[in-house]
Amino acid sequence: MSQLLEVRGLKVAYGGIKAVKGIDFDIAAGELVALIGSNGAGKTTTLKALAGLLHPTAGRLHYDGKSLHSVAAHQRVYRGMALVPEGRGIFARLSVEENLQMGAYCRNDKAEIDQDMQRIYQLFPRLAERRMQLAGTLSGGEQQMVAMGRAMMSRPKLLMLDEPSMGLAPMMVEKIFETIRDISAQGVAILLVEQNARLALEVAQRGYVLEGGVVGLSDSAANLLGSDDVRRAYLGA
Amino acid sequence: MSILLQQIVNGLVQGSVYALVALGYTMVYGILGLINFAHGEVVMVGAMVALMVVQLLITSALAPVLVLLIALLVAAMACMALGYGIERIAYRPLRNAPRLAPLITAIGMSIVLQNLAMMIWGREYHPFPALLPHSPHLLFGAIINDVQIIIVLVALAVMAGLLLLVHRTRLGRAMRAVAENPGAAMLMGVDVNRVISATFMLGSALAAVAGIMVSVNYGIVHYYMGFMLGLKAFTAAVLGGIGNLRGAMLGGLLLGLIESLGAGYIGDLSGGIFGSNYQDVFAFFVLIAVLVFRPSGLLGERVAERA
Repeated sequence: MSQLLEVRGLKVAYGGIKAVKGIDFDIAAGELVALIGSNGAGKTTTLKALAGLLHPTAGRLHYDGKSLHSVAAHQRVYRGMALVPEGRGIFARLSVEENLQMGAYCRNDKAEIDQDMQRIYQLFPRLAERRMQLAGTLSGGEQQMVAMGRAMMSRPKLLMLDEPSMGLAPMMVEKIFETIRDISAQGVAILLVEQNARLALEVAQRGYVLEGGVVGLSDSAANLLGSDDVRRAYLGA
Repeated sequence: MSILLQQIVNGLVQGSVYALVALGYTMVYGILGLINFAHGEVVMVGAMVALMVVQLLITSALAPVLVLLIALLVAAMACMALGYGIERIAYRPLRNAPRLAPLITAIGMSIVLQNLAMMIWGREYHPFPALLPHSPHLLFGAIINDVQIIIVLVALAVMAGLLLLVHRTRLGRAMRAVAENPGAAMLMGVDVNRVISATFMLGSALAAVAGIMVSVNYGIVHYYMGFMLGLKAFTAAVLGGIGNLRGAMLGGLLLGLIESLGAGYIGDLSGGIFGSNYQDVFAFFVLIAVLVFRPSGLLGERVAERA
């Protein structure tokens, strides 16, 4: 199977601290892959390096047949990569609609942008009600919807989600994961980083377990869910 | 009564200029958190370049208004190039440095530009030819001339245009996004450096317009003219709430009014001890008062942000 993303020997240092110490993983087109692990395992650092916000100290990133080396963060969006960062990174002083428009910044097909926006509003009716409201006045769950909707507005081939369930009420978590399934069903590849390992492995096809900056385990999501090691360390059972 | 009205008219004219310059301070502050103290010098360069163009074209057969428009266009382009250059040379290398470093650099840049201007254009006061009619009109007992009317109208039109650009266009949205969260803007595909350059260029174009207004209104251009004007416009930006566009407009107009009314009445109020030459004191009194009592300025309230 041809891979959408190939990561080989990725190392990232954060102000002298080696956060990611040489990891390999792949994502095929349309695949949903979970990256799990405890705090400080290097999950967020990995995503930031993929999005171009951090520069790897070593390793090779290959995306859609080409190297990502020397592709700036803002150019990666034009190649079909979208990251919903930890803490969501919404524009609080822009309206909900303007946030979604920012998501489509890399596109200029106005008619289709409008269609996509209607689709986001159908997916999240709450956002349609609050289109003109400043995004900073929304609840945490609604802000997560804005962040995900905004990322979808760029029509990504690879959507990277950093802790989408963080700080949300259980009902909202359910809604967000339902949406992740929907997006995946549309054929968008997803790299899902989650502390909530059970939830992540339940929606993912495959998973990688990061431990102290290296890949400890990699397997199908079902096998990981059944693995005693994973259960003890990450599923609290 | 007519003194009061006259001071209001004068204040609005001067305030229009302050507002245009204050917008440049506030836009750069909004996007970089930096006070570009060299901005006043951009106003001066705009005036100087305009003067050069006018001197070149004044003997031609072109209509005076056309000469002024060409001067405005050339000055605006020169200032945009200057603003772009200032950011590239003085601020971009310090983007991630502690905040004090770019502040000191800004003051340094201001001094460098002043001295360069002095070397190029000399220390003397240059007369700026009268290209527009100065005929006076009576307005409820106050006198306002054509140039003053044009200054206020042009300033209002430019400010309306700027608001439209910032709130209704793709570039404006990107500017607001970068101002709020450059990292997230990058994740949307925004080339943050280009947006910052565009912001400096836009502010510098406004400075060019302001520089020409001052030149036409007073008929005098000088290498040092940007310094005090820059400080006062900065005060206006702080008064309105630095980082807030409408705040800069309001702050500029208010500061113009405060100065003008203050200068008009200080003699009576102090029993003749202080004269209108104390006009400049008002601006800085306002600056101190705002910093003490309302550091966020009149419109500088932040939107509540939930985690």
